[in-house]
Order: sequence, then C-alpha cells, then structure tokens
Amino acid sequence: MTHLLPLALKSAWNRRHTLALTAVAIALSVTLLLGIERLRQDARDSFAQAVSGTDLIVGARTSPIQLLLYAVFRIGEATNNLGWDSAQALAAHPAVAWTIPISLGDSHHDFPVLGTTGAYFEHFRYGDKQPLALAQGKPFIGLFDAVLGAEVARRLGYRLGDRITLAHGMEGNGLAEHGDKPFTVVGILAPTGTPVDRTVHISLEALEAIHLDWQGGAPMPGLAIPPELVKKFDLTPKAVTAVLVGLKTRAGVFAMQRWVANYRDEALMGVLPGVALAQLWDMMAVAEQALLAVSALVVAVSFAGLVAVVLAGLGERRRELAILRSVGARPRDLFALLALEGAAVTLAGAVAGVVLLAILSMVAGPWAQSHYGLTLSLALPGAGEMKLLGGVVLVGTLASLLPGWRAYRLSLADGLTPRV
Amino acid sequence: MLGKLGDMTAPLLSLEHLLFRWPGQDRPCLDIPQFRVAADEQVFIHGESGSGKSTLLNLIAGVLLPQRGRIEALGQELSGLSAAARDRFRVDHIGLIFQQFNLIPYLSVLDNVLLPCRFSKRRLARAGEGRQAAATLLTHLDLAEDLWRRPATQLSVGQQQRVAAARALIGRPEIVIADEPTSALDAARQTAFLELLRRECAAAHAALLFVSHDQRLAAGFQRQVHLDGINRARQAAT
Repeated sequence: MTHLLPLALKSAWNRRHTLALTAVAIALSVTLLLGIERLRQDARDSFAQAVSGTDLIVGARTSPIQLLLYAVFRIGEATNNLGWDSAQALAAHPAVAWTIPISLGDSHHDFPVLGTTGAYFEHFRYGDKQPLALAQGKPFIGLFDAVLGAEVARRLGYRLGDRITLAHGMEGNGLAEHGDKPFTVVGILAPTGTPVDRTVHISLEALEAIHLDWQGGAPMPGLAIPPELVKKFDLTPKAVTAVLVGLKTRAGVFAMQRWVANYRDEALMGVLPGVALAQLWDMMAVAEQALLAVSALVVAVSFAGLVAVVLAGLGERRRELAILRSVGARPRDLFALLALEGAAVTLAGAVAGVVLLAILSMVAGPWAQSHYGLTLSLALPGAGEMKLLGGVVLVGTLASLLPGWRAYRLSLADGLTPRV
Repeated sequence: MLGKLGDMTAPLLSLEHLLFRWPGQDRPCLDIPQFRVAADEQVFIHGESGSGKSTLLNLIAGVLLPQRGRIEALGQELSGLSAAARDRFRVDHIGLIFQQFNLIPYLSVLDNVLLPCRFSKRRLARAGEGRQAAATLLTHLDLAEDLWRRPATQLSVGQQQRVAAARALIGRPEIVIADEPTSALDAARQTAFLELLRRECAAAHAALLFVSHDQRLAAGFQRQVHLDGINRARQAAT
C-alpha cells in the first residue's frame, strides 16, 4: 500500500483539474446536506429556546400549534381572544403560581407589539430558564411607556427616551397609525436570541387606551380621545390573546389542562409548550425528510459525477495500468489505486464542504438572526452531522470501488498489452 | 535454485509442451513443444503481427497461464505460483520494454526508471543505491542529465524508449523482454537503440528476448527464432 500512495498522489495531481471540479461538486452537495441538517437543528434549538418555565399556554380553542406559533413566536394568524374574566379566573386558580396575559395585533415597523403586564418581566423565562434582563432602562410604569426587544432597538436605532408610534395590524405599509398616542422608550431588553428580541412591549392598559377611539380596525370618525384624557376611561382590557401560566407544581399540569378545557364560560384550551412543539416537529418532519432526501439525491448525483470522471479517465489510463502491471503491480494494487483516488476526492470534498458551511454560517449568520431570529451555530459538526458526513464518505468510498473494480478487471483482461 | 542456475545445462527459461488457447476460441493460439533460452543469451524472435507474440510475452511474464505444459524461469515453474507471486516474480526477474507508451506520463524520467524498485525489494537491493544506478543506466543510454527530472511526456519517442530500457535493466533482472521496442523509431535510431540495448543487457548479464516483425533487426543476434517455426498452432493453420 505504502508504495502505491505516492503514485496515487502523483497520478491524481496529474489530473488535478478534473478531480478538483469533482471535489467541488461533492463539497457543494455536502454543504447543502449538512446545511439543511444544521438549519433543521438550529431551527429546533431556536424554537425550543423561545419559551421555558411556562407550564401551560391558555387561549381560545384553536389548533394547539397555531396557538403556540402565535403566542410564542408571533407567527401565523391571530387566534380568537379569550375574555379578561377567564384570564382573571385562571390567575385566581389555587394551583396557579403566576400568569402572564398577552395581547397581540399591533406592530411597529413590522415588529410585533405585545401588550402584557409587569408579570412578564418577572416570570417569563427563555432558554435554560433564564429571566429577561434589561440592558438599559426599566420596565414600563407609565401608560405610554414601551420596552423594546434588543433587535428592535438595534435595527431601528432607538435609545431610551425616543418616541415611537404604533401601527394597527401586523404587516405591510399603509397601516393605520396610532399617531395621536406616541410611546416613550423606557427600557431596552438584553438580547435573548428568541422572538422577545423582535417585540415591542407595552402594557395591556396602553393597548386598550390606543384603541379607545377605534372600532373595527379603524379610527372612529369624529371621535378622537387625546392621550391626556384616556386615563378617565376604564382601561381594564376586555380580552387578551393568550395567557402564559406557571403552576405551583409541574405535576398539576394535566389536571390544570383539564380544568381549562372544561371551563364553562368560554371555550378554552391549554397547551403544553413542549407537546405543541413536538406536534409542530411532527408536522414538519415530512418536509424535513423531503429536504433531506433532495439533498441526499444531490450528493448521489455528485458521486455519480465522481465515478463517471474516474471511469472516463480509466480508458486513457489502460496503458498506465499495463505499465504498472509490468513492473509488478498486482491487479488488486490497481484496484486500490483507483479506489483510493475516489475515496481521497470524496474526503477532500467532504472536508471542503464542512469548511464552506462554516464560512456560509459566518457570513449568513447575522442575516438569518435579524430576518428570521434564527441563530446559526458555528460549531464543529455535531453527532447527527458527523453521521451524515460519515455516510457521505462511506458512500463515496463505496462508489469509488466501482472504478477500482473496473481497473481490476481491465488489468486482468489486458495483461501487459492493453487493447486500446 | 542457485544450484540449478549454476548448472550450465539448466536453461534460464524453458517452455515445454506449452499449449495456450484464448477463452472462446476453438483453436489454440500457441502450441510450442519446446523453447529454451540460456542465461545471457540474446534471442531475436521473429513474428508477424497476430502470430501470438504478445500472448507469448504475457505467458513468459506470468500474466497468462497456459492450459497445458510448463513454463519454467530460473528453475521456477510459473503455474505453481499464485497470481500475486507471479506478479512479484515478474518484477523481481523480468524487465519489459514495449512498442511505445512505455512511460507513466505523470512521473519524471527518474521516477519512471525507479518504478521496478518501488515494487521489488530484490530489484532495489540489486540496484544498490537506486538513484545512482538509474543515473548510471541513463548515462549509458545516452540520456543527458537535464532530462532526468522532466516529465516523461516531454521526451522524444526515441528518448522515451531508452528510458524504458533503463527501467527494464535497473536492478539487473535476469531476463529482459522487448516487444517491438524500435517500431516507433526511424531506421538510424533503430540500429543505435538496438546496439545500446544489447550492450547494456550484456553488461547486466541479462538474457534478452527481442520480439519483432522486422527481420532486418535480426542481424547481430547470436540466435534467431521464427515464432511460427516453434509454434505448431500456426503451422497447422497455414
């Protein structure tokens, strides 16, 4: 074997341009395969990070996944609201330690606005049960105070004391503005890597206040209530989007879920975040598998290319094989020579693919973070990726046995006199 | 083995009752009752193309095995060896020169010459200092030193054939087989190459089997054999 290695290297160097192109094709396919796997993993991690320590998400009856997506990730359609009475009843339940009522629907420059209470800053947990921390300022106290997520402040360049106006509705331009009631930035949260970073937080009362003179999604004509006067109205919210619930003991979660489901005054639903996430992944599994299958196919195509290139080269190398035979190379040496070459190209392609992926994550990381709140990890390949990578190298090596086998057969058939 | 070699009556190479038929053909390609080559002997084997020359070379080199009969080289019956052992036997004891395309294009002249030493410990040991031996041979074969590090493909055909000769001779194998080595050269160079080859084979005490269709090259060989003359298969055919 050792006497073959320098030969294999020199031979490969002689055909470096074709082989390099083949290796590039393999590298790209490996980048795609690993990239999809990593994106999948990172998406799951990012999602799993977004909520922690919340035992139950309670909302009006809808699909659990929809409630989770909307309440936690601000993704998808607005769900029905639940009445404030129900939220109060929930908070008063003896098994409940705390509740965070949340209300969604408005936005600020495409960032969602979340109406909530002070309990949010006290009880909300993300990642590994980490509490929210303020990078600057304080939680909202005054009616028209706003606390910004880190990403909102960074992207829009806001500082404490800046005045912002909210828009009615979620997306697009031309939204009706709550221009008459501007908010003051009183706090900016430290980055969390979760949807919190992309959220503008105000109090439920403030949310109520800016909609006092609104009806059916538009300002009521002829009615304008200036900010100074809103405090004269009852600003207790009538409804909220969802309530995040923390229990005194986790063991009570199913009993609580039943209590919510059987709640008489309103059709409610309690969702365990972990269970809903699992359902979400189940739903996504088909798409993930399809993506993975497509990228596996791309890998297969690149290997077909590799085999084709090495096989095509073999025709021109029959003389070379005969010469090597004449100086004592055994057919299995020639088999090894060809198989080794394919395996080496595969390995080089795989390594290049990993490097390319690292570069891509580095370049695209900030963009994915700001556009999708997706944290791309710049880590060494994990166990799952190593398995894929190992599979790629294995398949490539196996594919290289084909030209090796052909060389073996040719050298046996040709002997010292190739018929070319 | 040494005793046999020392025995003057034992030939270096001996073919007895050899019969070879290509698979799928009814008639044998080679049917040679007897053919012997003594140590140091230089034999011109004359054969038209298609007369079974290449087959004979592959048999002597142990790449092919006869259906019947014996091929004995240096007292070693080739049929008795495994395929791998025959491959080793070939590189240990036989130097080969082909008609053309003798050299591996991606290796330098020097590396091409040293190829047998890469595969054979015996050739390496007999060459002594491999590079020194290669240098000596290349110099004897009239190849200037500035060519040695060049890729083999940059040489003229004549130069390439001389490099091939150096490779066949390095590590002093007992047998050198040359298969139409001059057919790609012009007449003047043919003679010059032949002289160099014969001189170096003699110096290395290697027997030379020179196979060609060109009877004009036979002059100067102490022994000339017509392949059809020893091959009964062809006699029956004609």
